[in-house]
Amino acid sequence: MTAAVSAHHAPVRGIRRWLYTTNHKDIGTMYLVFSLAMFFIGGSMALVIRSELFEPGLQMVEPEFFNQMTTMHGLIMVFGAVMPAFVGLANWMIPLMIGAPDMALPRLNNFSFWVLPFAFTMMLSTLLMDGGGPNFGWTFYAPLSTTYAPPSVTYFIFSIHMAGISSILGAINIIVTIMNMRAPGMTYMKMPLFVWTWLITAFLLVAVMPVLAGTVTMMLTDIHFGTSFFSAGGGGDPLLFQHLFWFFGHPEVYIMILPAFGIISQIVPTFSRKPLFGYASMVYATASIALLSFTVWAHHMFLVGLPLAAELFFMYATMLISVPTGVKVFNWVATMFKGSISFETPMLFSIAFIVLFTIGGFSGLMLAIAPADFQYHDTYFVVAHFHYVLVPGAIFSIFAAVYYWLPKWTGHMYSELLGKCHFWCSFIGVNLTFFPMHFVGLAGMPRRVPDYSLQFADFNMISSIGAALFGLSQLIFLVTVVRCVLVGRAAPDSPWEGAQGLEWTVASPAPYHTFSKPPLVE
Amino acid sequence: MLKKGQLVILGGTLLYPVTLFAEWEVNMEAGVTAVSRSIYALHMQIFWICVAIAVVVFGVMFWSIFRYRKSAGAKAKQFHENTLVELAWTIVPVLILVAMAIPATATLTDMYNTDDSEIDVQITGYQWKWQYQYLGEEVSFFSNLSTPMEQISNQQAKGEHYLLEVDEPLVLPVGKKVRFLLTSNDVIHSWWVPALAVKKDAIPGFINETWVNIEEEGIYRGQCTELCGKNHGFMPVVVQAVSEQEFQGWLQDKREAIAAERAAAERVWTMEELYQRGEQAYLKNCAACHQAGGQGVPSIFPALKGNSIVRFDMKKHIDIVLHGRSGTAMPAFSAQMGAVDIAAVITYERNAWGNDTGEMISPQEIQALLNEPR
Repeated sequence: MTAAVSAHHAPVRGIRRWLYTTNHKDIGTMYLVFSLAMFFIGGSMALVIRSELFEPGLQMVEPEFFNQMTTMHGLIMVFGAVMPAFVGLANWMIPLMIGAPDMALPRLNNFSFWVLPFAFTMMLSTLLMDGGGPNFGWTFYAPLSTTYAPPSVTYFIFSIHMAGISSILGAINIIVTIMNMRAPGMTYMKMPLFVWTWLITAFLLVAVMPVLAGTVTMMLTDIHFGTSFFSAGGGGDPLLFQHLFWFFGHPEVYIMILPAFGIISQIVPTFSRKPLFGYASMVYATASIALLSFTVWAHHMFLVGLPLAAELFFMYATMLISVPTGVKVFNWVATMFKGSISFETPMLFSIAFIVLFTIGGFSGLMLAIAPADFQYHDTYFVVAHFHYVLVPGAIFSIFAAVYYWLPKWTGHMYSELLGKCHFWCSFIGVNLTFFPMHFVGLAGMPRRVPDYSLQFADFNMISSIGAALFGLSQLIFLVTVVRCVLVGRAAPDSPWEGAQGLEWTVASPAPYHTFSKPPLVE
Repeated sequence: MLKKGQLVILGGTLLYPVTLFAEWEVNMEAGVTAVSRSIYALHMQIFWICVAIAVVVFGVMFWSIFRYRKSAGAKAKQFHENTLVELAWTIVPVLILVAMAIPATATLTDMYNTDDSEIDVQITGYQWKWQYQYLGEEVSFFSNLSTPMEQISNQQAKGEHYLLEVDEPLVLPVGKKVRFLLTSNDVIHSWWVPALAVKKDAIPGFINETWVNIEEEGIYRGQCTELCGKNHGFMPVVVQAVSEQEFQGWLQDKREAIAAERAAAERVWTMEELYQRGEQAYLKNCAACHQAGGQGVPSIFPALKGNSIVRFDMKKHIDIVLHGRSGTAMPAFSAQMGAVDIAAVITYERNAWGNDTGEMISPQEIQALLNEPR
């Protein structure tokens, strides 16, 4: 009898386990593996871009293909790597952190994952089609993406729709889980910050992904059914596209950084052996950032000819965002102050996150100054800015999270030596790649160009060398994770001395089913 | 085996980015207008504010990391939350932002004041060139990249102004307020000259306004900054600022050249003359998409070599060149080229690359078609 029950609860073997699974841990793992695969594909595209830009002149690829690479790199990294990685972490960790047995809607969970591989296979397949893949930038401004787009744009539109459906369903699942399945005693203001930031992120997703879906649908009808939403010739407006896109796009930026704030807020207290300095103010800061994110979209459009009043409004609103963001950084620093700090790999990535994300925040504040943006806009200064918040920002936080929770997932410790090696190579590579981009941008190099004038040559060469270093160091990450899974030494239930939270109360590796009986939170 | 000369070129292309042209420029230029200088001042102001904040925040952080490291035996204090500190680090940044917003608002207001201009220039973006029209002066021309293809494909050493040089620059007088009216014929472009701190999107179907008052004579270079398709990186802007007297002389020369072009449309052209002129006009206006050899780009830009319209249907061929093809990237060239060039291009296309129709069309016939209502 007992044997039959436990057999019933063990996963089935083989491919069917992964196809049919409704288990949050399995689905979390699939999201993370998928995201890692996309990270390598999108990263290879970045290396194509950087090798073309190694020297002035056209050496490696045609401008047409170069544009496809910049576009696909952006789309793959945003929708295929960063977002699914955070959803994977949410799947694994939210039920464990709030003491729930699983996600609230397990079948929906399976569906939201399995849409993704099809969406991205379709998106990648456009590269092989006649006329090539999307070549209009990841922001796909009309009319370059409508009247002037290659025929494959229709496939691109449908893959965005699919990725969007996946995100919306995933977000709904997370909201329902957090609201309904917290363990007895876990009030909202007792939830770990990772759960809080994800709850707010999920609301952002539900609010803005439908706007993106509407926008690409309008593109579809403009292309195939004779409407003119984005064409002045038929009474429409190309700027309507930009307003809609950035109404989605700016909250999207916070979708990619709020869960990172949550991760850092878990890790810094652990390795400082001290509670987070201001839990409540962190929650309020996250919520204010999310609300403000709906009122700043036109700072991406300072040059399109908005009226003066609109420029001023969006400039002030954008500057205001730096206040709650600053509160977060001050809180992390205050948490470290008078702590007892050790420097395991998750902490190293977190400290690098705080420093480098803050540098990205500074350039963001500079970009918010509308008159100065007339010089910065669409130059490499912007490329430097958003890579600083996304690579050593979002992606470093994902690395930190993986190292932090890997012992829980696998029951094995990773090699601290390899982890630190991965950290230092990535840290040097990231700065070598992206810091010089500030300089060439200020000196006048536009973004999205396959070739450049000679005064930009030296810094571009440095960036390309840095990109190669950063790209290759990710192989160390792969090796570290695979070695941890296969041959890492056994991990205790709570491998980190200062760690708090329900996830550390279950065994390592976390059993297939956890919290079948809810824990009691004091 | 490489010859010695080839080796020198190869060695040269590898070396000179790091030697001859080494320019470690790390900052924005202050520029040559009052607006560009006040933007530069704002930029430096916000930069130093960020540096100051960074020194304080990172200073405290790295000191904590060093002082309170566990390996040095630090014991964690368990304090958290302090209303006074939390209020301070919310209010102080707000005050800094207000201090920053005041001069930014003043500069922006000034940049938006396009009143009282003395010269109006309409700038139209095309894939991938700029058209400049001096409103009320009857002067209008296109400005194309003039860097030779051989330099881009690394067969020739790159010149000093690689990718930042054009056949005809925009000429403006110094000390006059010039208003720019920007629009586009196809996709969105953006017209930027860093030294003038003028950057504004050119949007099809809409007109944007901005202005400049250049203080120093000189040549100022910039580029298109909004992704506009395949040759986005090959669409430079060059502005030549001259004295008022020189400017008036230049306008006069331009008007005469335009009159001469009109006269050319009246005279009789031979097939050979048209073919030769057509080749030049083709390379300048058509080759970016249809390629120098007429082979096009599969599924994006149709080939003209062996094309059935080009070979057999002169009427349709002329119609497409004059009026474009709606819903595609093919623009109406009647708005971009004179009758002579259009006649020459069509004649060239019908006879080049083995199309060999032996047919020609005269500038007068094109002019007649342009005059008749469509």
